[in-house]
Amino acid sequence: MSTPAIQIDDLTKVYKVGETEVHALRGVTYQVEAGEFLAIMGPSGSGKSTLMNIVGCLDKPTSGQYLLEGEEVSTFDRDKLARIRNQKIGFVFQTFNLLPRTSALENAELPLLYSSHINSKQRTELALKALESVGLKDRAHHKTNQLSGGEQQRIAIARALLNSPSLILADEPTGNLDTKTSAEIMQIFTRLNEDKKITLVMVTHEPDIACYAKKRIYMRDGKIIREEKGREGCEDRAR
Amino acid sequence: MNILRTSRVALRALGRNKMRSFLTALGIIIGVGAVISMVSIGEGARRGVEDRFASMGTNLLFVSPGSRSRGGVHSGSGGWNTLKPEDAAAIEQQCDAVKYTSPSASTRAQVVYGNKNWNTSIQGTGAMYPEVRNWELADGTYFDESQVRVAAKVCVLGSEVKKSLFEDEDAVGKIIRVKAIPFRVIGVFKSKGESGGWFNRDDMMTVPYTTVMKRLTGQEYISSIDISAVSAARTKETQTQIEELMRIRHKIAPGAEDDFQVRNMSEIAEGAAQATQIMTILLGSIASISLLVGGIGIMNIMLVSVTERIREIGIRMAVGARQKDILLQFLTEAIVLSVLGGLIGVFFGIGLSKILHYVKIFSEFKTTVSPSSIIMAFGFSASVGIFFGFYPARKASRLDPIEALRYE
Repeated sequence: MSTPAIQIDDLTKVYKVGETEVHALRGVTYQVEAGEFLAIMGPSGSGKSTLMNIVGCLDKPTSGQYLLEGEEVSTFDRDKLARIRNQKIGFVFQTFNLLPRTSALENAELPLLYSSHINSKQRTELALKALESVGLKDRAHHKTNQLSGGEQQRIAIARALLNSPSLILADEPTGNLDTKTSAEIMQIFTRLNEDKKITLVMVTHEPDIACYAKKRIYMRDGKIIREEKGREGCEDRAR
Repeated sequence: MNILRTSRVALRALGRNKMRSFLTALGIIIGVGAVISMVSIGEGARRGVEDRFASMGTNLLFVSPGSRSRGGVHSGSGGWNTLKPEDAAAIEQQCDAVKYTSPSASTRAQVVYGNKNWNTSIQGTGAMYPEVRNWELADGTYFDESQVRVAAKVCVLGSEVKKSLFEDEDAVGKIIRVKAIPFRVIGVFKSKGESGGWFNRDDMMTVPYTTVMKRLTGQEYISSIDISAVSAARTKETQTQIEELMRIRHKIAPGAEDDFQVRNMSEIAEGAAQATQIMTILLGSIASISLLVGGIGIMNIMLVSVTERIREIGIRMAVGARQKDILLQFLTEAIVLSVLGGLIGVFFGIGLSKILHYVKIFSEFKTTVSPSSIIMAFGFSASVGIFFGFYPARKASRLDPIEALRYE
């Protein structure tokens, strides 16, 4: 059996807000195999964002172990984590998080700015290819603020794809999009997962969006309370 | 991330906000421009003064009356009439390092020729004045010893006076009137070439010093003695000889204060050069303040920029920018601003000093842009960028990626 993409073991996270301690994660153990498509659901405050931040190497757990492709990253310092984010993880956010007044191309090639050994010509080529794969090649030189929400999210996906990451983390990727555009974005995700075997972890509030994923976990009060596989619980929903 | 890439990212970021970037750089542009042009004025003044003194001859010495105390009360320097024409003669005869001496007594008067008149300085001199002062005649001859002895009513005109009274007419042989006394013009000095402004040495005329004493002022003392040493190298030695002789002649007891003062030209030139140097430093430091203010402007804008771009910083961190990368990016932005501003400022400063050269009050000395002032101003502006850019850049690099991403 191959190394799991994500292996977390008894993760806890405690924030201090003034005098009181907030337990965002209370011992989460889970394993995501390479090539899986997982949706994390749960009410706000359930700890799913905290979990995503730790899985995305943006934050460190208070205790517990996190192996990313077999690598113990929970002990890494800021710079090493930055390196991991750059090389292995692509992010897609609810608010797109693109640089304003900047072209689609420049946004897409951003991760390559922070990885060495790639010159500007190669960078442009790779970024154009990524934009092509999300169907935005002809918009490469448009500024982000001239594009629609769906188009902006596709640029964000192109950016996430740029370093050929093994893991893409999407934090409510359709939260700011209408139903039709949401479906388009989810189709891109499905295609990436099925064709390119990219591991996908997505946080969402919307049950029908979660049903695009092959597995769903439900969180409450910093713990995983339920897991669903395949079409379980999705039959009654129209796709 | 290498330097080239970082600077390109910085340039792009600055390009997104062209107006603001320009206004920020403007502080540096004005600062650097001010430093360069101000220093060029000072430098020009220094050179002008140096040239002027050099043209007077470096082997020149002056003896003037010193201060004298009577019952503990000091008169100021030159406040006592202690020099006599005989002192000049003795110095010329007894000091072997002395070449020529020329006693000096002066006054001011209205000079009249025909229907024209001119108020000018009348210098009484000895016959050797042109040799002592290294000043040639353009026309005619200078008066000789015999004319000095008889206090002859002859005069030699400075070129400015000649022009004012005679215009293009030939002056030599003409009679002019000073205090109703007719004087014959026997020569005209070559122009020293200083037009306008203070201290114009072409605006004067000379007559025998005896004539000033007996016919114009009635004074019995001379105001100073001009002396030329045999060579510039022997100036110091000459000074000592004169001092020794004068102490004997004036019967000054050992340890007592001299009632005269001997100064040499290089000393005076040095003093004047020092004064202009101080002026240069003063002008430069005042201008530097504007450079400092420009630097604070950069820091201000960079701080605003960091706050404004917290989201961007978060994005960059999320896709893999390390703290160092963010620090470098913002630092580079600050440096690019100040270095570009510095470069434009250098050209602005050079241009400004060229223009100032044509402004009437500065026309007397050529403004000189010195390479050192350019290097100094430019280096200073670059370090201002680093210094004032560091704090905002560090602030940016220390942001927490998660908070930065969520920042609204």
